[in-house]
Amino acid sequence: MRPLVLLIALATLSAHAGPNGSDLYTRHCSACHGEVGTGGVGVPLALPAFLGTVSDHYLETTIRTGRPGRVMPAFSQLDDAEVAAIIGHIRSWMPDGSKVPAHDTRPVAGDRQRGAPLFAQHCANCHGDRGQGGAGTGVTFSRSRALPIIAPALNNAAFLDAATDQMIKQTLMEGRAGTPMVSFLEQGLTEQEIEDIVAYVRGFEATPIPFEAHADEPPYLEYASPYGVEESVEALKRAATGKNFRIIREQNLEFGLFPQDEENANQRIVYFCNFNLINEAMKLDPRVGLFMPCRVTVVERADGTVSLMSINPKFMAQFFNNSSLEAPCAQMYDTYVAIMEEATL
Amino acid sequence: MSWRTRLLTLLLALASASPLQAQSLLMVRSHQSFPETMLDLQTAIGEHGYQVSRVQRVDIGLTQSGFETDRYRIVFFGRPQEVRRLTANYPQLIPYLPQQITLFAEGEETLLVAVDPSLYKELVSEPEERAIFDRWRRDLQAIFDALAGAPD
Repeated sequence: MRPLVLLIALATLSAHAGPNGSDLYTRHCSACHGEVGTGGVGVPLALPAFLGTVSDHYLETTIRTGRPGRVMPAFSQLDDAEVAAIIGHIRSWMPDGSKVPAHDTRPVAGDRQRGAPLFAQHCANCHGDRGQGGAGTGVTFSRSRALPIIAPALNNAAFLDAATDQMIKQTLMEGRAGTPMVSFLEQGLTEQEIEDIVAYVRGFEATPIPFEAHADEPPYLEYASPYGVEESVEALKRAATGKNFRIIREQNLEFGLFPQDEENANQRIVYFCNFNLINEAMKLDPRVGLFMPCRVTVVERADGTVSLMSINPKFMAQFFNNSSLEAPCAQMYDTYVAIMEEATL
Repeated sequence: MSWRTRLLTLLLALASASPLQAQSLLMVRSHQSFPETMLDLQTAIGEHGYQVSRVQRVDIGLTQSGFETDRYRIVFFGRPQEVRRLTANYPQLIPYLPQQITLFAEGEETLLVAVDPSLYKELVSEPEERAIFDRWRRDLQAIFDALAGAPD
């Protein structure tokens, strides 16, 4: 009888325990924000000045909708209890005795026209002239940075949805210790001028910066080759070299998966690199290794036709939710097309 | 663009529009150093029935360009017979196979990132073969969980 009672008690306890915020944070957040919120690819969360100025509504909305084009994904699959548990875990980093802010939702009485030059003078240097934010990911310890954090995008629909005017105003008034964001009061601005800046930032809702996810791009690029496999490989190498790429490797696709004499020789990969491009892309997002190395595969089908195939960088870009990768991915797309066109002339 | 490519693009666009789009990349933080994580990763890949085909170093010129570390690698891996069968039946998968995991040092820890393999099932029509990509996703998550020491 007793074991049965114990089992029922344990099951009841388990059913009422609720999700574990620490575990959920580790699974969903720690890769980018660090195990204790010190930041990494994502911004640092464990700053008292940050946690002291953002409401639970702000955190919840941010977790649910992310930041389109700014790396932070939308965790729309988490239920209410799970989101609350994660927020509870993040709140555990607040100093003892500090209170969770609860901003009211009334708009500030600022003047957008007056706020425009103030924004240009005091904010645009870090947050961008259109509020697009700094380039790259949050903090990356893999690379030296002049700033310990990349300035957030203020002209971002999800940010503007999450942040109330009062929250933005408090951040401007107090600054954010531990980041380059200073107190504008201490910089000599009046409360009215700060409210004018808030009104200007809120006005970004009318002029959003578009972010294209490129979900309509074809997933791969393919060019028919008039040559056999060997000739196509050589033409491909010449074309890549002619575009300032270094050929780093040639192998069968099945290399390392089968004994060498059993590899399918009709799927030949040519890898090539441009190290300057790599370094520039890594500054924008350290995860870009998923594009690397550049690669075109020469494929001979059963009917004897030969083609060149590559990823489509513009299609791949959508996975990163990082608008600063749009331009380099478009450049890589053009490069792949140019190389494969030249190789199949 | 051929009709086949148009269809695939449409299917992928529909798939990308789902809420899961947000987690297109699987990421994990290993609290181990880069060399230890490299070893653990290769072990975990093997334990889940996959084979590492090769490791690509990406370290030339990184420190000269301002990066604090040149510990950056790409690990290619797969299940040989599955890679052979899928690339034969669905050549459109060729540019994306074998699978790859990118890992790089961040201080004393290591970050690992990979594209969610289940996204690629939209390139495949047969249900039995589509299921392979869901299994790949589960296996990849299990590999990452093992490296993070995360709960199941």
